Formats: sequence, C-alpha cells, structure tokens
Amino acid sequence: MAKKVTVYSTPTCPFCIRAKQFLKDNNIQYEDIDVSTDQVKAQEMISRSGQMGVPVIDVDGMIVIGFDKEKIKEALKI
Amino acid sequence: MPNTQYDLIIIGAGPAGITASVYAARKRMKLLVLTGDIGGQAAWSSDIENYTGYQFVTGPELVSKFEEHMRKYAIDFHENEEVREIEKSGNLIKVKTKNGEYQARTAIIASGKVSKELGVPGEKDFKHKGLTYCATCDGPLFSGKDVAVIGGGNSALDAALQMIKIAKTVYVINNTDRLGGDAVMREKVQGAPNVKIVNGAKVIAVTGDKMVSGIKVRTVSGEEEISVQGVFVEVGLIPNSSFALSVEKNERGEIKVNCKNETNIPGIFAAGDVTDVSEKQIIIAAGEGSKAALSAFKYINHSR
Repeated sequence: MAKKVTVYSTPTCPFCIRAKQFLKDNNIQYEDIDVSTDQVKAQEMISRSGQMGVPVIDVDGMIVIGFDKEKIKEALKI
Repeated sequence: MPNTQYDLIIIGAGPAGITASVYAARKRMKLLVLTGDIGGQAAWSSDIENYTGYQFVTGPELVSKFEEHMRKYAIDFHENEEVREIEKSGNLIKVKTKNGEYQARTAIIASGKVSKELGVPGEKDFKHKGLTYCATCDGPLFSGKDVAVIGGGNSALDAALQMIKIAKTVYVINNTDRLGGDAVMREKVQGAPNVKIVNGAKVIAVTGDKMVSGIKVRTVSGEEEISVQGVFVEVGLIPNSSFALSVEKNERGEIKVNCKNETNIPGIFAAGDVTDVSEKQIIIAAGEGSKAALSAFKYINHSR
C-alpha cells in the first residue's frame, strides 16, 4: 500500500524545492503544506517535529527533518 | 566502495561546480561531483538581475536551469554527500566523504561559502528551534512573533525587511555603532514602525527552554535580555574550506588560486566563492568554474 507522505514547506526554501523534486522523481505522491500561509499547520509541524526548520517530511507518521535523502529513502523503503 | 579512478572530482554544485562539470563533461572527462546541496548561495538568492541573458530571474529558477544543463551529460552526481577530507598522495587525489573514499587525478574545490556562526552559548542547542540562518526559508514561521536579526550588513537588512512585514517586533542587533549595507535598504528598515535597532550590541547568549525565548546582549551600558521567539543569524559568510587542510589559504580562509585556478597542490584546482578571486558574483563563479575545468583538462593531458 502506498505510504501517506506530507511535506511541510515554504515556497522560498531551496531544500523544500529539492525535497519535493526528489519525491516527484521517485513517483511518490505527497500532500504539500505551505506553512507560510497556514498558521495552524505551522504549529502542527512545530509540535510534531519539535523544531521550526523546513522542510519537514512525514512518512506514515515517521518524521524526517530537512532534506535528508538517506532518511527519506529509509522511511519510504525505496 | 569500488575503486573507480576518476579524471576529475568536483566538490560543490553551485554556479562554479556546475559550470565546471558541464565543461569537463564536454571534454569527456570521467567525472564525479560530490556536494551537500545544489545551487549553493545562488539557490537562496531572491532576485537576480545581473546574470547576462536574464534581465530578471530568481535564484531557484537559475539554479534549476544550471542543473538541467548539467544533467544533460552522464555524470556521477552524489548529492547529500559532503566532503570531509582531500589530500594528495603520489599522483592521486583522495577525497573522503561519509560514504567512503574516492580517487581522481585532479580535483576542483568549488564548495563556496557557508553562514558564519555567532559562536555563543545556546546557538547550537536552538538551531532550528527558533534560531535560523535562513530568513527566506524559515521566516514565515515567525509571523506575529517578536524576533531578533543579528547583524548589520546587507544580509541582515534583507532578513529584517522580510520579517518587518510579518513579525510583531523586529530587533536588529548590530555590533557596530551604525548599520552598514546599502542606503536604500537601510532607510527602509529604519523607517519601519515595528523595528528596534540596537547598535553597539554584542549577542552573548541565546536562551530558552525547548525553543528560543530570548537573547542576552552586551552594550556599553551593561547586559540585558531581550525576549524574542525567533533569532535570525545574519553575520556574514565564511569560505567552506576547512576540509582542505593542506591547501593554502589567505587570512580569511579563502583558497589561494592563480589565474589558472591552480592551488599550491598540483592537480587540485579551486573556483568561485571559496577562493580569493577578487569578486563574488554568480557569473564570476560560473566563469571561474569553466576556467578550472579547462585547466584540469590541460593538466591531465600534460601529465600523461
């Protein structure tokens, strides 16, 4: 079954762009949440990841902070 | 780790590294690129209006053009793999990363510059917990909050201008007696109603519990604590050259190169903002990258 992937990002952050490109290149569907416009989701990201840096990637509840390719791969099992 | 021997290892994939890789690929050199990120500082730039051929382009757009161009060629490209060591042994250059060791006959160091740290207690503990080096990335998370921008140059003014629009109060903590940077930006910052400029102040600590709750600053009149939820460190950049131990640098840590981009070690070249090249510009870094690749190509042909 496909994993549920959520990316918390801001439109201006290069690593967010890289992370989303990486998911696209691997044909991974994801929900993109722009935390610069959604304060509620921004708070959700902060409380779930315990920090304030973007991007935060949630793979079926597993939180990856930053564009850490190896960890994202591990979480996605790809 | 296979013992592939490369003609050239390029360290970094900003304008210098990417341009070097395009030139080297077109010379059919066997090529490996090792880099943490793509685009370097160019990826963080908002508006670029002085790259010939583009009257206006954003950093991310220009970088994606660069990357597209590079990907046209079959290059071994390792992103997320920063270099930890480079040394020459015999005729070979050995480059170490977290994943292992690579060997090549030549190398180009194009690792650019990275944000300078404050070097005060609390800075490392609160990184990404209210303290950030990228206002462009993380700024929007501090909407409606009190924040401090540390620094007094253009990058600090740029961060302050971004935050003025969304934060409640923006403190600008500057350690000289007046703000530097461009007059136009300075006036905009000084004229904003929600800005408090603190000149002659040195940050001595970042404080908080789980997240940042304040900074301690020292001025001529003593120490004070300012309550903020966000800290934007904008105190400049330093060359990302510390891994290149045996390569000669100037007093600022920039790798010394001659007009052929040669360093003091034969076979190791350097290009772009990590070097002592006279100006730091995207177009200059790109030009230097091409020059370094052509020099590396000639070096291999002459030493055959």
